[in-house]
Amino acid sequence: MNNRIKASVRDLNLWYDEGAKQILYSIDMDIYAHQVTALIGASGCGKSSLLRCFNRMNELINGCKVRGEIVVDGKNIYDKDVSEVAVRTKIGMVFQKPNPFPKSIYDNIAHAPKIHGRVKRGLMCDKLVEESLRRVSLWEDVKEKLKEMGTSLSGGEQQRLCIARAIALKPDILLMDEPTSALDPISTQHIEEAIVELKKSYTIIMVTHNLQQAKRIADRVAFFHKGDLIEYNTSHEIFTHPQDKRTQEFIKDKYNQNG
Amino acid sequence: MDTVNIVMIVIIFAVLVYYWKKDRIDNRSKIEKSIEYMLILSAVLSIAVLSILEQSILFYTSKFFDTHSMWYFFTGTQWSADALNGAKFGAVPLFLGTMVVALIAMIVAVPIGVMSAIYLSEFATARKREIYKPTLEILSGIPTVVYGFFAAVTIAPVVVAFSNTLGIEASHSNALSSGVVMGIMIIPIITSLSDDVIGAVPNHYRNTALSLGLTQAEMIRFVVLPAASHGIIAAVLLGVSRALGETMIVLMAAGMRPNMSLNPLEDMATITVTIVDAFSGDHDVTSDETLSAFALGFALFVFTLMLNTVSIFFIRRFQKRYQYSNL
Amino acid sequence: MKKRRRRLPTKHPFEIRQLKSRSVKSYLFKWLSILTIFFALSFLFIFVSNVLYRGVSAFNQTYIQVPVDITQYAVTTNPRVAIQRDHRKLVSRAWVRNLPQMVKETPTLLNTREEMWILADDEVDQYIKGKSNKLTSKDRAIIDKLKAQNKIDLRFNIIFFTQGDSKMPEYAGFLSAIKGTVMTVFVTMMVSFPIGVMTAIYLEEFAQDSRVTQIIEININNLASVPPILFGLLGLAVFINVIGVPRSSALVGGLTLGLMTLPIIIVSTRTALRSVPNAIREAGFALGLNKFQMVWGNVLPLAMPGIMTGSIISLAHAIGETSPLLLIGMITFIPDSPSLVTDATTVMSAQIYTWASMPQGAYIERTSAAILILLGVMVILNMIAIMIRSRFSKRYNYE
Repeated sequence: MNNRIKASVRDLNLWYDEGAKQILYSIDMDIYAHQVTALIGASGCGKSSLLRCFNRMNELINGCKVRGEIVVDGKNIYDKDVSEVAVRTKIGMVFQKPNPFPKSIYDNIAHAPKIHGRVKRGLMCDKLVEESLRRVSLWEDVKEKLKEMGTSLSGGEQQRLCIARAIALKPDILLMDEPTSALDPISTQHIEEAIVELKKSYTIIMVTHNLQQAKRIADRVAFFHKGDLIEYNTSHEIFTHPQDKRTQEFIKDKYNQNG
Repeated sequence: MDTVNIVMIVIIFAVLVYYWKKDRIDNRSKIEKSIEYMLILSAVLSIAVLSILEQSILFYTSKFFDTHSMWYFFTGTQWSADALNGAKFGAVPLFLGTMVVALIAMIVAVPIGVMSAIYLSEFATARKREIYKPTLEILSGIPTVVYGFFAAVTIAPVVVAFSNTLGIEASHSNALSSGVVMGIMIIPIITSLSDDVIGAVPNHYRNTALSLGLTQAEMIRFVVLPAASHGIIAAVLLGVSRALGETMIVLMAAGMRPNMSLNPLEDMATITVTIVDAFSGDHDVTSDETLSAFALGFALFVFTLMLNTVSIFFIRRFQKRYQYSNL
Repeated sequence: MKKRRRRLPTKHPFEIRQLKSRSVKSYLFKWLSILTIFFALSFLFIFVSNVLYRGVSAFNQTYIQVPVDITQYAVTTNPRVAIQRDHRKLVSRAWVRNLPQMVKETPTLLNTREEMWILADDEVDQYIKGKSNKLTSKDRAIIDKLKAQNKIDLRFNIIFFTQGDSKMPEYAGFLSAIKGTVMTVFVTMMVSFPIGVMTAIYLEEFAQDSRVTQIIEININNLASVPPILFGLLGLAVFINVIGVPRSSALVGGLTLGLMTLPIIIVSTRTALRSVPNAIREAGFALGLNKFQMVWGNVLPLAMPGIMTGSIISLAHAIGETSPLLLIGMITFIPDSPSLVTDATTVMSAQIYTWASMPQGAYIERTSAAILILLGVMVILNMIAIMIRSRFSKRYNYE
């Protein structure tokens, strides 16, 4: 297994409401390249907030304060000379609900690369769109209707389109915030297959509520509880020999819940 | 136009509503019944107002077209109500004047209105928005006669002096000054509706665009504005409709001379001004001049109704897409 | 061995192409939008300061002290001779015209000769206020001399608030226009408030057929977009020609404006009714009330602040509107205050229009002062509306 460290979180603290409410307490963790790292924990444990720290989306929330470092490829993304626009270009994100723009399928994907000056209109652009759609195995389904609205696709297809949109920018890290929670089982399966395929080229960090999913596709799992990182280990270790009592309880509860 | 006509309209409405409601009302106490009839009657009255308005204008308009060619009215280029030298009722110069003034107004109002709306909904903090938006809306609450006075007494001399220094001749009453002031009046109409519409664009579009590494301006230009475009078009159309029907500003600052010209520094009469002019002289309702005013009024009625209908169509499309019902 | 090129200290993995120019563009865009809104808001400031600058001086009026010789001849035949020839052009003709009346009221004035404080002519007034005027240099010399003797004084312009319109600017007042406005909008509200509110109640609480209500909604929407001047045509055609309401009267003006403000009241009342939570209606039904008792006792009281706010705003609309009134003859010269709704009347906005089209500088000044009063009324009405809204929205907060 490749054990190169892609990103490391160093003593990260996060507050909302101008410091009145602390969400994350001194998080330290390493993210390994070309692996799927799953963040699990009960609702409100701070896992989604941590995910949003990776591409500085937290800054959009009023009264949000971050202290600590997230070092990606040897550079702290919270340094003064790093622009959040650049961070978000290099670190892509897929949201919980499929949210294609009200534009054509083609434009959904090609738009951001065009603005970034990665491609100009024409053959190069067509190629990029095709390549991105192929990687989420959507190309065969939509190649005849690239001019149709992205919103006309089914939920699962929309979410794959969103992943294609994110990887069209060729990010270093792909963040996924419960990407399958709004989808049916078949679509979920498609997305999971895509994720496994994508980790060959990208480092993936995902938040999930679904422990089976974490077990199926994650290489490493981090368990959070009330803003603390309780346990972080390989997926196999976490699910077979959880060290902390809280982790044991959480996994037991969740498994029982899910039948 | 006679009393019978109006009474007929009201009665027809009332009878229709009566049959439509009959079975629901029958099984109630007497007082409740009479209250409900009163409510129905006032509803019928309010709805009948539009038909009465249309009917009364149409009546005199048809009287006008009994003796004058409708073809010449819509294509003729000479408007002169002077009966002694042969009155001519070709409304094209008036349509042209109305268009020129409205165009100038929109050149002022659309960029300022839309940019202000972008500031209010995208950049301003909630507090600033709460202060700026009502303050800006004061502009649309100022009576138009005040705008007219401002255009005639303050703006027009500036325009004349400025064009004179450039060596261009400008009339003291000119389309430019009234158009600019009208534009100022229309700014809040466009800002208010555009701000509502931009605010209704779902937030996840913004987050997604930003997560793709777009700057805030790029996000607004490529995602938010296209999503809000239908609503913004509707706002602009409402502004145009308002500009076409505006009377006092043009009356006080643009002059009363029908003018077949596109030069904004000349004086030119609009449809509304000519309507007022027709009633400032003799009071005989059956004279050609007053009848022509009704014909102009009818044309104005049709134009604004069309604009409003198209505007509502765009708003409905926006509402449908974003399930937004607060417009 | 090749020397390794030293990396610039800022070079790091998060430097992307064109970022700088894109950030600058974004920054400029933001500032452009801020600039735009300040530009738009500055118009408001320019307006108010401009009108203030032109209008404030009208609240003072020039009086001069000149010898008056009240002879029998002056009172009965030619009042002008009471004033010395030099001063005749300096005093208001209105004062001269009123001289016989004055003597009739206080007969002791007859055959006296004394210095009196007299209302000055409008040109003198403009000269004293430092504005452009048509006085000859000879007259100016006389005024300067009187001024040196402290025989010229600026006093509060009580005439403006106690008189009607006049062909002599210094004697023109705003009172009859204010009275006319009060009477006109009274008629307006008598028409549009009950009809508008009842229509809204019917549409919101009783009407059920969605297709018919949809047509009604489109109808009311269209009515709201009709240019005001067309209501003038309506008023002329229906109220004056068919029903026979007297021209130029507060009644016809009020009826016309009433129809114009109807859609505003309907829409705002419907919004107010809609904002009453459905739980209130259900609670009413649960207590065994029928629909009328429920609407009257439970829904209307909660919606009342909203209804009042909408009505006050429509009232402000009616006060400011001018164009339909021009067609029904409310701009004719009317010096006397109306006493009946059927009397010929002028209103504030129409008076402003009439004065604005006068050539004399004194009228411009008075127009601005009248505008200040009109705007003051608008501000007060809107403040009342805001007060009602903020006060009651707290009390009935169900969310």
